[in-house]
Amino acid sequence: MAGILAGRSALVTGGASGIGRATALAMAREGARVAVSDLTEESAAATVALINQAGGQAIAIGADVAREADVQAMVARAVAAFGRLDCAFNNAGISPRNVGPTGQRTHEMSQASFDAMLAVNLTGVFLCMKHEIVQMLAQAPKGGSIVNTASIAGLIGLSSASNYVAAKHGVVGVTKTAAMEYAQDGIRVNCVNPGYIKTPMTDPTMAERYDALMAKVPMNRLGTADEIAEAVVWMLSDKASFMTGASHVIDGGYTAA
Amino acid sequence: MAGILAGKSALVTGGASGIGRATALAMAREGARVAVADRTEDAAAATVALINQAGGQAIAIGADVTREAEVAAMVAHTVAAFGRIDCAFNNAGVGGASVGPGGQRVHDLSQASFDAMLAINLTGVFLCMKHEIIRMLEQGGGSIVNTASVAGLVGLPMGAHYVAAKHGVVGLTKTAAIEYAQDNIRVNCVNPGYVTTPMTEASVATRLDAMMAKVPMARMGEPHEIAEGVVWMLSEKASFMTGASHVIDGGFYAA
Repeated sequence: MAGILAGRSALVTGGASGIGRATALAMAREGARVAVSDLTEESAAATVALINQAGGQAIAIGADVAREADVQAMVARAVAAFGRLDCAFNNAGISPRNVGPTGQRTHEMSQASFDAMLAVNLTGVFLCMKHEIVQMLAQAPKGGSIVNTASIAGLIGLSSASNYVAAKHGVVGVTKTAAMEYAQDGIRVNCVNPGYIKTPMTDPTMAERYDALMAKVPMNRLGTADEIAEAVVWMLSDKASFMTGASHVIDGGYTAA
Repeated sequence: MAGILAGKSALVTGGASGIGRATALAMAREGARVAVADRTEDAAAATVALINQAGGQAIAIGADVTREAEVAAMVAHTVAAFGRIDCAFNNAGVGGASVGPGGQRVHDLSQASFDAMLAINLTGVFLCMKHEIIRMLEQGGGSIVNTASVAGLVGLPMGAHYVAAKHGVVGLTKTAAIEYAQDNIRVNCVNPGYVTTPMTEASVATRLDAMMAKVPMARMGEPHEIAEGVVWMLSEKASFMTGASHVIDGGFYAA
């Protein structure tokens, strides 16, 4: 069968683990050639190996999304390998515990924590979008589809995570704005807003307070990375041809409650 | 290939035209047996004929979603035909021109127009959900999608009754999602922007340019573009999605 991304060239950042890895695998299953990017080429290569084992085509790229030169080289490398860039999933991101002590309310948070969070989770998404869009405007035929990883934290507040929440709200805003700017250039831009998902990023938090967090989730369970990946490949495909600027919330009912 | 609704039993209201018809066809293409409901069985039968032509399996049901007895009978009819009801798309609805003169601000709207709109676009969705959920609880689960609108999220001038009803659909969707999240029943809504259907024809004829000025893609959506979102949400691919608004609007809500 032909998958919903048959013949497409795709890029995913944060592709070494979690939602990024699951999406890279789903992209390949649906027929895309996939450029898997993460901080180091070695970590991305593990995902590439899984894709190759399943009969798919992929390359590994090392890039720090907080550095524009890295991002530019990443996009150039994907285009050099596959000829163009049809689908991009800007997913690389970190949690508050990567940039400071956990459990800090706003008045306790250092500017360093705040800045470090924004650099990766917001400016990193901006830089990726910028260089992907430059390519999507230049290629023939013009156009493409972008999905950014936001979060339910892009729609509501979460205690002791004002840096993360601010960054993810920013991702929702940059998604909406780019969607408007390129709607008539054949480029769709959406975000996915996961709730609590079982990934390496959330493992430490869940070890500490799973029951308290699940009390706020109507389905009373963690989502899986695969459950987010399915939505991302769907949004990236032509099946979502009238969808742009939207937040696709997949959270087991968290934000409805 | 097996579609994403292979082996499922599905029900769609408002299935005679527009988004309902497109979704009924997409459900069948993805492997579901489809009960197509509309106000008259004859209207629904035209969609059934299209499904049969494409090699799918479907039945036609006449039902007025504002009458609880008819809704209960519609669900019973579906279950009698297909044994269960896995997927329901509560989509029957009307535009402002169906319940009054249209083009009226709040102080011009009659209570009759307001009540008629709520009866179909909000109470109708409630009644369908209620009887679908009764069946889904008995059989152990299911998935429901309601047709809301961008008007369930923002205001639209000259449509206070439509906007109130669609906001209500969003609220009803969230509440039912919470109530049945641990009963293996997912409830979501789709929020289309301007889509080419019989319901929007009159508006398009009189003020397309003004409408498109607010749509970044600067075009109407097509019913199949909404249908794809609906069948995806109804499928197991959306297994962690409940209580959500799936906005498909060419960028309207973002702008």
